[in-house]
Amino acid sequence: MKLLKLVPDNTNIGFVVMRKWAFALTALLTVLAVGATAYKGLNMGVDFVGGLMIEAKFPQNVETDKVRATIGTLGVGESSLQQFGDPKTVQIRLPLPEQGGAGAANAVVEKTRNAMTAQFPGVTFSRYDTVSGKVSGELIQNGVLAVVLAILGIAVFSWFRYEWQFGVSTFVAIVHDVLMTLGFFAVTQLEFDLNIVAAVLTIVGYSINDKMVIDDRIRENMRKYRKMDMKALIDLSVNETLPRTVMTSVTIMLALGALLLFGGHVLRGFTAAMMLGIIVGTYSSVYVSSSLLISLGLTPMSSEKKAGKANIAAQAERVGPRDGAQP
Amino acid sequence: MLNFSRWAVFAIILPLAIGVLCAVPSFLPDSVVTRLPGFMQTRVNLGLDLSGGSHLLLEASTQDVAKQRLTNMEEQVRTELRRADPRIAIGDISSRDGKLSFMVREPSQVDAAVERIRQLTQGAALTGQRDFNVEVVNSSTIVITPTSAGISNAVKSAMEVATEVIRKRIDEMGTREPTIQQQGDNRIVVQVPGLQDPKALKDLLGQTAKLEFKLVDFTANPAEVAQGRAPVGSEVLPYPDNPSGVPLIAVKRQVMVSGEDLTDATQGYDQSNQAIVNIRFNGSGGRKFGQVTSQNVNRPFAIILDGKVLSAPNINEPILGGSAQISGNFTVESANQLAIALRSGKLPVALTVVEERTVGPGLGADSIRAGLIASIIAVVAVAIFMFVSYGRFGMYANLAVAINVAVILGVMGMLGATLTLPGIAGFVLTIGTAVDANVLIYERIREERRRGRNVVQAIEHGYKEASRTIFEANVTHAIAGGIMLALGSGPVKGFAIVLLIGIATSVFTAVTFTRMVVANWVRRTRPTDITI
Repeated sequence: MKLLKLVPDNTNIGFVVMRKWAFALTALLTVLAVGATAYKGLNMGVDFVGGLMIEAKFPQNVETDKVRATIGTLGVGESSLQQFGDPKTVQIRLPLPEQGGAGAANAVVEKTRNAMTAQFPGVTFSRYDTVSGKVSGELIQNGVLAVVLAILGIAVFSWFRYEWQFGVSTFVAIVHDVLMTLGFFAVTQLEFDLNIVAAVLTIVGYSINDKMVIDDRIRENMRKYRKMDMKALIDLSVNETLPRTVMTSVTIMLALGALLLFGGHVLRGFTAAMMLGIIVGTYSSVYVSSSLLISLGLTPMSSEKKAGKANIAAQAERVGPRDGAQP
Repeated sequence: MLNFSRWAVFAIILPLAIGVLCAVPSFLPDSVVTRLPGFMQTRVNLGLDLSGGSHLLLEASTQDVAKQRLTNMEEQVRTELRRADPRIAIGDISSRDGKLSFMVREPSQVDAAVERIRQLTQGAALTGQRDFNVEVVNSSTIVITPTSAGISNAVKSAMEVATEVIRKRIDEMGTREPTIQQQGDNRIVVQVPGLQDPKALKDLLGQTAKLEFKLVDFTANPAEVAQGRAPVGSEVLPYPDNPSGVPLIAVKRQVMVSGEDLTDATQGYDQSNQAIVNIRFNGSGGRKFGQVTSQNVNRPFAIILDGKVLSAPNINEPILGGSAQISGNFTVESANQLAIALRSGKLPVALTVVEERTVGPGLGADSIRAGLIASIIAVVAVAIFMFVSYGRFGMYANLAVAINVAVILGVMGMLGATLTLPGIAGFVLTIGTAVDANVLIYERIREERRRGRNVVQAIEHGYKEASRTIFEANVTHAIAGGIMLALGSGPVKGFAIVLLIGIATSVFTAVTFTRMVVANWVRRTRPTDITI
């Protein structure tokens, strides 16, 4: 049987040579992403800005303008509407009443529901969220803290495990991934809520996974080929792991694709973020983080002594008896 | 490396079998599960976003607790010093800035007063700190300051009581399997699956339900009451339904009977078919009520709930039987709610809803269906892709993934973990990443074959070299997962749980399990070449 190979054997792409271009492109995209986030802002969900969210499902397609007009007459503050998933589902966001606490929020929900039911018979309400300003502030804080700690924790881990250059290059690449994801949300204006924080953290986790595999191979090759030029060595390592990088990205994309198409509207933003993150993460593993090692001045000298011994040990094992083949 | 002893095979198969077995109850209907032995009854809980229901986050104001404590202290100080022999006269009582201060009229009694008040304070911490500091300033003024340890103890015990009271109230509502947990210092999470409209629940939890009976001060001048002024020994309270039109009423400060003396409260109807709450006092409460009503026939008394007067009926005759009824402007529903609230006791502190999430059961069911379909399609697509890429070895990986999915569910069942919608996403992602371990191994085997190693050596080497990488990659992944679990709330947490369990189980299934299967195949067939 002929098996599928996405990356042909003995592929040898000069990733390192392209690094100046890759860095320039990366920097440009990152600046654009940051600019978009700063200029357009993120479409923050009630999780992060506080307020009221009601998801209404109409029996037939509905124009958001009509819904907006209905709510506008209630005097419950400025509503922001979004068609969600299909043209029958509308998400209504309202500010929390400034005083009166839970009772007042209840009253707003009640008022909105009654008016909508009167105007659009047959409408059902499938979800309400009410988040007070205090809680939303904490959620933002925790979300940001989680992402920052995850990135730092992972960078420190790879610094201790390998050389400091690995820590720095990983850190840069992951910050890039996160910024690109934010930029994506700024441009598309998809709602940014707690689920998306989970998605960003997963992107961080996946991206680091990807980089670890390549870093690990670089370290292995540094021991094996002590005399090899660093550029060639990194190219070799990236090319050797390329089939795996592509295979894994494709399998995860298959899984996420299923989720995007069939997973329901609640998870759509989440899945979109993940898919983008996988693409960006794979790109930064192949083009950015490994080439950055050269710019950071990684040399094979640092681990030469250890490497020598390990190499001898490895050779010894290869010529040893084939015990594993015994029944 | 390809040799697996009998016990090693056993050690690999056994935990997987247990894990898979534990996943079984999650797929069975309730009626079957209840007939299984106890250890088989644990199953994966569905989160509110899947089952539908309400999630409420309630917050208690710590300032309220502190204030309440200071008021109690003031009361205690008054009684204690009045009881002293000779009686210690005090004046200028004020409680400002969270401190209680007063002047002892007779300077020679200051020491005796301090001595008596110190007896009222209690140890608050292991360091010997008391819950209140008592000091004398300007030789005759005593200042009582609550310590921070004292306040945090008070908040802690208030929260314990509040959690218990809330549990009772929700149980009384007859809702099924509510989760009530304290979170942080001053918050309580309430989750009620299947609840469509949380309004009734919020109304119920929003009531402190502090019930008091006090005599109405009929000597008060109505004009002064209307301005909020009351005679000495009385206070003015809001009375929204006052028939006289003025929403205020003057009542005596002294409490006749309070809600603490209740043994039961039920909703009922009066002669005119108006909803009321019937209450029954315990022995001492009934005696006190009987005594006061005997002495005050034909005078009104006030029924006060949470500082508001509900009604002020006239005492037509002494009420001796130990039961009474609370009238007010009730609907059947609100009378029933009050009855529940009174039965479960008063909340030691007022709670406000700071976060609420409600998902209708329809949306929950849609999400489950969509999640299930997406998972199945994801599994099938990945399985086909793996088979096309790695042939026989791809099938081994698929077998490992299938077992992995079951084991994750089993472990979640064992831990009583909750599956949420993001958790399903975590599941789908785990399917994607679980095969990554196998991809790493197989690509390595391909490489080793290309370098000319024989089949056994290539497989051995592939597993050995890839295992190290897989371990490192998973450690970093777990760091991210752990941080999500520690810091995340709601959806982030649900996702992290599945991710972490998935990381742990996938290393076992993707590396150890497939190695055993591959080794078995190699030993049996002794291939000289492999298609990979």
